[in-house]
Amino acid sequence: MSLMSEVGQKAFNLGVPLAVHMDVTYRCNERCVHCYLDHDDHGEMTTAEIKDVLDQLAEAGVFFITFSGGEVLMRRDFFEIVEYARRLMFNVKIKTNAVMIHEEEARRIRELGVDTIQISVYSHRPEVHDAITKLPHSFERTVKAIRFLREQGLRVTIANVLMTVNSSDHSGVQELAAELGVQYTLDPTITPMMDGDMSVLSLRIPGEELNEIFRNPALVANQEEFCAPPKPPSAEDLEGYSCSAGHSFCYISPYGDVFPCVQFPLPTGNIRQQKFLDIWNFSPQMKEVRSIQAKDLTVCSSCSHVGSCTRCPGLAYMEGSMRGPSTADCEKSFYRTGIPTANMLKQGLSKPRTMSGNTPLIQIRPVAVPA
Amino acid sequence: MPETCIYIARSSAIAARALAGEMMVMNSADSTFFTLNPVATAIFQAADGRTPLRDIVRDRVCEQFDVDPEQAQADAEQFVAELSGHGILLVSSQPLASETP
Repeated sequence: MSLMSEVGQKAFNLGVPLAVHMDVTYRCNERCVHCYLDHDDHGEMTTAEIKDVLDQLAEAGVFFITFSGGEVLMRRDFFEIVEYARRLMFNVKIKTNAVMIHEEEARRIRELGVDTIQISVYSHRPEVHDAITKLPHSFERTVKAIRFLREQGLRVTIANVLMTVNSSDHSGVQELAAELGVQYTLDPTITPMMDGDMSVLSLRIPGEELNEIFRNPALVANQEEFCAPPKPPSAEDLEGYSCSAGHSFCYISPYGDVFPCVQFPLPTGNIRQQKFLDIWNFSPQMKEVRSIQAKDLTVCSSCSHVGSCTRCPGLAYMEGSMRGPSTADCEKSFYRTGIPTANMLKQGLSKPRTMSGNTPLIQIRPVAVPA
Repeated sequence: MPETCIYIARSSAIAARALAGEMMVMNSADSTFFTLNPVATAIFQAADGRTPLRDIVRDRVCEQFDVDPEQAQADAEQFVAELSGHGILLVSSQPLASETP
């Protein structure tokens, strides 16, 4: 086990929020076709409020903080926020589309000691990328920004969200990443919109294409192990938890709402009304999330994949129950191994049904804050 | 021959946080990650650039931990040299301003 994994496990066992994802705004200068956010400002936290939250997070033991959005640079105070976070000695990561990053911003990011900048690139073809972001010349601006960041010696990761409209472009983006000297990650997850609109799910790539991705040696290093049939679950597997959400990780929205994860829209409290640690330690919802072990899962506890599945409790919650299955992860387990999941067998399916529009969903909404 | 004073300060390039009494430290320049034991944590926390290392060892280490002073000083100097090599601590024979981002 690496030192980082050991520390992660220690924080998990102690219930210390080691990492927080904070969206500082939902406003954005792009209008990506798959984006789940409402880009209007419904009352973002002020600079002072965010600094107060950062003070609280440092006191709570948070080490890793990811600033994301919306587009983080839509906030004029963004560098002030990052500078404050760095003075509190957080490890800072930034997620951005980078179109507002020029030489000056790149230099500032380096001076502030930011760890990593994750940038969305959808295609190596400008016309495809720009059609997804709906911002003309965004590809050109984003790639230029990546070069500025690299000139400063910063670590950059290209995040390539894969959907129907760019499904054939991942190898091109991977080559572009190599040319730019940056890391590459691929994500086939498309999330329903905040208002519950599920039409964007039609952009999810079909399961058969997942099958190809899982067997692409350029994307999956150890395919034999990755695609191996699941081992019979052990007692330890059944005592295990799904992920770090609510255990050592949480998400804070621009309005101060605290959730177990960015992909787990279970409201647990608002930081404008309560101290962060009160929410983290005493929220009944956080406690419930923390209590769920694999043996408590309604369908998955009897599934052969239970020990190796990437089941997301947030996606399961959006489907109706945080103890239930996450269809998207059932699909991944099936296409990875060829073995049907308990959830599929229960429904009499030998292959996953298409996921678009078949699940009742709850999404993140701002919690009403009294004036 | 007068003893040389060593001053130590934390680099502005690092991230750090205590977890159950042990300090996690990461250098953003190269992502090297360390955890410091309680003695090393005490030295790291006292690295303000103004207090000589020998005073830190005397006041923060020997006072709080059951250690031999000479051994503690030697261990502290080795620890400081190691973290300095990774860009975590700045070392000087003159007082240093603590770096801030």
